[in-house]
Amino acid sequence: MRNLVRFVQKYHFVLLFLLLESLCVYLLSNSHSYHRAALINTSNALTGEVYQTKSNITGYFSLGFHNDLLALENAQLHDRIAELEEMVDSTSHQSDHVHFRHIPAKVISNTVHFRNNYILINKGRLDGVKPDMGIISPDGVAGIVTGVSDHYATALSLLHRYARISVMFRKSGQLANLTWTGENYRYGLVEDIPAHLKIVEGDTVVTSGHSLIFPEGIMVGTIKEYIEPAGSSLNKAILNMSTDFNMLRQVYVVFNSDQQEIDQLRKANIHE
Amino acid sequence: MNKYFLYTARFALLLLFQVLILNNVLIGGYINPFIYVLFIMLLPFNIRPWLLLIIGFLLGYTVDIFSSTSGLHAGATVLMAFVRPTIVRLTTGARDPEGSLNPGISDMGARWFFTYSIVMVLIHHTALFFLEVFSFTQLPSTLLRILLSTLFSELLIMMIMLFFGKNRR
Repeated sequence: MRNLVRFVQKYHFVLLFLLLESLCVYLLSNSHSYHRAALINTSNALTGEVYQTKSNITGYFSLGFHNDLLALENAQLHDRIAELEEMVDSTSHQSDHVHFRHIPAKVISNTVHFRNNYILINKGRLDGVKPDMGIISPDGVAGIVTGVSDHYATALSLLHRYARISVMFRKSGQLANLTWTGENYRYGLVEDIPAHLKIVEGDTVVTSGHSLIFPEGIMVGTIKEYIEPAGSSLNKAILNMSTDFNMLRQVYVVFNSDQQEIDQLRKANIHE
Repeated sequence: MNKYFLYTARFALLLLFQVLILNNVLIGGYINPFIYVLFIMLLPFNIRPWLLLIIGFLLGYTVDIFSSTSGLHAGATVLMAFVRPTIVRLTTGARDPEGSLNPGISDMGARWFFTYSIVMVLIHHTALFFLEVFSFTQLPSTLLRILLSTLFSELLIMMIMLFFGKNRR
């Protein structure tokens, strides 16, 4: 026993180092999966407050630019309203579409240059934000909510090792998956493309709506370069992402208003 | 009392500078400077080694919280704190620094500080970028990021020291 005490006294520096370092590696490896990433709660009061203050200050510098963007988006929305009104007039019956709602939010912290990037937004549980809701920008898909506190929420950016969303080619309706390889924040990688599908540079890729996180048909990007297949039946292509992650500010949290019902159905399936 | 206030203020300033400004800096796609480690470098020579590790962990973990990472900065900073006594011994040679001296430019000279700090920054950045990628698959790009970021962080650290270092005594 006395030897043990002496051993600990003698090597306390190395022992403490090993202890702390293994704690860090444990924390780190735990954060390396999609669902556990949700546990990291940046969305806690202190950091939220600090980033909100900073965002309040820096927000002024780009006001003009973002006003223009918003005005543009407004215009597009008006167009859409007009189109939809026409459709409503011509068809009187209820559409069978899935119902999605939008919560406007502001990005208060966001990175693009790490291997795994997160977005922090200023809407939280009290505003109705819940994990697994989608985040879209006016230009396209941006991320998926993983952790929420009362007034803030963290989201996995598409620029993350574990961000993987189901997409489809607008022209052909063929499904594929989108991931990010970590090199350039402007480009994503479309995987699992059926080999028979002819892809042309500039083809538009949109969300498939299969995951129910994002509505169908939200812009994701355009094909930049097709990667020649190497013997596999599933091909890849480089995607020019439509969202500029480096200047993400105004975003919308989208959620399916029928989510509870769908979850209950899924749970019922599991129990049987 | 005065000394503790100085260290607390330095901790807060370096932290805010890091998370609010430098975390948003990305030059040429490869350079992310991390200068919060300067805090560990400037702790007095006669600090107890175990306290050095604890402070390293706390500092790293605070940066982690602000960066939405977990254990990443803490791991790299603890490693840096662990090798600090060895680096100090190697760079100061046989003569052990007196307890009254501090590891800054005013006490030890700019040349000594440059050697000391660039080794420390290199160790920290190497650990950090490898922990972040968590594999050796993207070796060339990781090495390039380590090299360029180390040089840029070191440049910033030397600038900070030359601007503010002298007044500290």
